[in-house]
Amino acid sequence: MFELLGIPPQALFGQLLLGLINGAFYAMLSLGLAVIFGMLNVINFTHGAQYMMGAFAAWLLLGILGIPFWVSLVVAPVIVGLFGIVLEKVLLKRIYHLDHLYGFLLTFGLALVIEGLFQWKWGSSGAPYPNPIPGGFNLGFMFLPTYRAFVVVAALVICLATWYGIERTRLGAYLRAATENPTLVRAFGINVPRLITLTYGLGVGLAALAGVLAAPIQQVSALMGVNLVLVVFAVVVIGGMGSIMGSIVTGFGLGLIEGLTKVFYPPASNTVIFVVMALVLLIKPAGLFGQTK
Amino acid sequence: MAETLLKVAGLQAWYGESHILHGVDFEIRRGELVTLLGRNGAGKTTTLRSIMGILGKRTGSIAFDSKETIGMSSDHIARLGIAYCPEERGIFSSLNVDENLRLPPIVKPGGLSIEEIYRLFPNLLERRYSQGTKLSGGEQQMLAIGRILRTGADLLLLDEPTEGLAPVIVQRIGEIIRQLKSRGFTILLVEQNFHFAATVADRHYVMEDGHVVDMVASSDVQQSIGKLQTYLGV
Amino acid sequence: MTTQRVGYALLIVLALVAPTFAYPVFLMKALCFALFACAFNLLLGYAGLMSFGHAMFFGMAGYFYGHVVKAWDMAPELGLLAGVAGAALLGLVTGALAIRRQGIYFAMITLAFAQMVYFFCIQAPFTGGEDGLQGIPRKALLGGLIPIKDDKVLYYVVLAIFLFGYATIYRVIYSPFGQVLKAIRDNEQRALSLGYEADRYKLLAFVLSAGLAGLAGATKAMVQQFATLTDVAASTSGEVVLMALVGGLGTIIGPVVGAFIIITMQNYLAATGEFVLVIQGAIFVVIVLAFRKGVVGELAEWWKRRRAG
Ligand SMILES: Nc1ncnc2c1ncn2[C@@H]1O[C@H](COP(=O)(O)OP(=O)(O)OP(=O)(O)O)[C@@H](O)[C@H]1O
Ligand SMILES: [Mg+2]
Repeated sequence: MFELLGIPPQALFGQLLLGLINGAFYAMLSLGLAVIFGMLNVINFTHGAQYMMGAFAAWLLLGILGIPFWVSLVVAPVIVGLFGIVLEKVLLKRIYHLDHLYGFLLTFGLALVIEGLFQWKWGSSGAPYPNPIPGGFNLGFMFLPTYRAFVVVAALVICLATWYGIERTRLGAYLRAATENPTLVRAFGINVPRLITLTYGLGVGLAALAGVLAAPIQQVSALMGVNLVLVVFAVVVIGGMGSIMGSIVTGFGLGLIEGLTKVFYPPASNTVIFVVMALVLLIKPAGLFGQTK
Repeated sequence: MAETLLKVAGLQAWYGESHILHGVDFEIRRGELVTLLGRNGAGKTTTLRSIMGILGKRTGSIAFDSKETIGMSSDHIARLGIAYCPEERGIFSSLNVDENLRLPPIVKPGGLSIEEIYRLFPNLLERRYSQGTKLSGGEQQMLAIGRILRTGADLLLLDEPTEGLAPVIVQRIGEIIRQLKSRGFTILLVEQNFHFAATVADRHYVMEDGHVVDMVASSDVQQSIGKLQTYLGV
Repeated sequence: MTTQRVGYALLIVLALVAPTFAYPVFLMKALCFALFACAFNLLLGYAGLMSFGHAMFFGMAGYFYGHVVKAWDMAPELGLLAGVAGAALLGLVTGALAIRRQGIYFAMITLAFAQMVYFFCIQAPFTGGEDGLQGIPRKALLGGLIPIKDDKVLYYVVLAIFLFGYATIYRVIYSPFGQVLKAIRDNEQRALSLGYEADRYKLLAFVLSAGLAGLAGATKAMVQQFATLTDVAASTSGEVVLMALVGGLGTIIGPVVGAFIIITMQNYLAATGEFVLVIQGAIFVVIVLAFRKGVVGELAEWWKRRRAG
């Protein structure tokens, strides 16, 4: 069996798999953030809380109604997405005319409220969600748990479907056009306010979908999205929010870098993404795929 | 005589605090091609934007097909059958030519098909998969006109479609505008170049400082040429 | 102007007699946060830069103070100095990178750097990890002249530090440098065309703000005799934004008012646990939607209207 710089391949590939899974979540979440920012001009700080709500929705659906994972994969994002739509209609739409910072502050406040309420009701220790597809494959050089493989594939499919929806469909063309010039798009007869609401709902649904996928891997807990959303902000700064494919590539790439760091220099694994962010700011301040805005 | 399609009366409009239109009155009958002439800053673009409903504050009356639109949102107005080709053209850079062309939704039957539009603008067909803003100025103008022909709108608002274009292209656009008129479109054309305007339009309204100050029929342009030159400061 | 002077005089008298009717420890904590919020507000209110990572300066300065005074057994003055210098240096590094982007990106970048510092503090040996630095001794100041074991004595020291910081900010805002900052905030392109190197001004403002936040953080460590992860956490960065927002952005006294309101509220709500966060979040929402001027801003507005009509 081969060894790489003295690292046993099990450890290397194990960490790479973990990195890929983290990257999958970074990609899904930064994608949603970028789409929402494009249309609403709001950096959705509530994204982490909505990811957590997705996981919780699945957990509650299972615990209370016995609804299995595969159904929750659809139902939970719809529920959380609808919640997002209500938030947009009641609160967010009141601040579009203000500086971006107010959107950031408003959604930060909302995140505190939501996470605080969940913590109050269910505590912060977390609950396990049963693995829907236990078992795995022995690949010879490592053991590959089936569910984890599924998460990576599912995230890729979701990301590519989002890319396709935005870059190749009629609704996507509306979105792109309205991101550039909402007034003109509206003057063509398209109901832009409704498009904005829908976009937020979809972005939030995407975060919740990531949350459902995470539930069997992580503990379902009120604070599971808190640190994640901060890392995702760094991902977004690194990638720039201009390009959908850029967000996907950056997300997965950073996950892998994190995984590699865990193998070669574990103490830096928490901070490596921020170091990359600092480097990108030095070399290409607009982000790897960004236009200055 | 054809029915009145658009009747603007006592239209006032504001950009924030600044009061731009001070009571604009004019009307267009179905099938007519009417121009708005006037110097820079007279309020021509503002008038089109007011009709389209994309201006914050406006008062007075704008009746389209006998429906009052002054309080409507711009998407609602567009769906009544008015289409707008803005002065700055508004081509979307994140959409390719074909997507730009297909963006405005069809609001009524009777518009041109995509094939007809491409026949009208063969250049666009060639460059169908290019990024919209990578086209030349003339091509972008054709795209901006082309994309509003598909929607089935009866009234087209064209804001200075010849601005900054080479004479051959101006001529080509003139032909297209005449062709559109013969297909039954009603057109409100904003122009500074009244030599061009005179070759295509039935009537001309002259704007000054947020008012319509005069109306000249195309048949009278020759007699009124001195007067028009003073209005337009040429 | 005169009303302002009278106001300040009354406030100073109030501050001098405050320990007779309020707990000095509470007052000192509130003053530390008030200075922290003023430092934050210098950046947002007068340079238009919203840092969402100011806890890194506040918290790190606490660790610096603790390390110098406890592990190196040096005088508290040196601890304060280390806190200020360390925070300013950290501000120089993070600020130089963050000002390469504007607006909302600036906020995200500072937030991300603060998170990096937080993760660093969890692992670095000198911070004491999850336990933090505990039992930092309260050694006498000025070579033994001022014993600060007594809370009441320490209170006046803290008040003096706060007034020093506040006066510094006041001076900066009304200095030519402050005028340029405001010009950059209002229209960066125009300031650039007038020949001001906007980035250098922004960076200097950032470093100043970081240093003053550090002063606040080091002073807090001196008062509470500990430095923990809480003070470098993102929640603290959010708290200082909230304080400035509640009090009124861009008003010089606003953040002080905001800090006292929030610290008082936390004191009363401490027993309710998670609800502190819920209520803080709700305050954010309400203020952003309805009272963007904050307490001081709204009061000033009301006062102006009353005088006018
Ligand atoms: N966005 C705006 N905000 C404030 N004032 C505006 C704005 N747009 C135009 N104006 C003012 O409104 C007035 C009328 O402008 P408008 O664009 O309607 O003129 P126009 O007749 O179309 O001129 P041009 O021939 O140059 O296109 C001008 O004085 C202009 O300065
Ligand atoms: Mg114009």
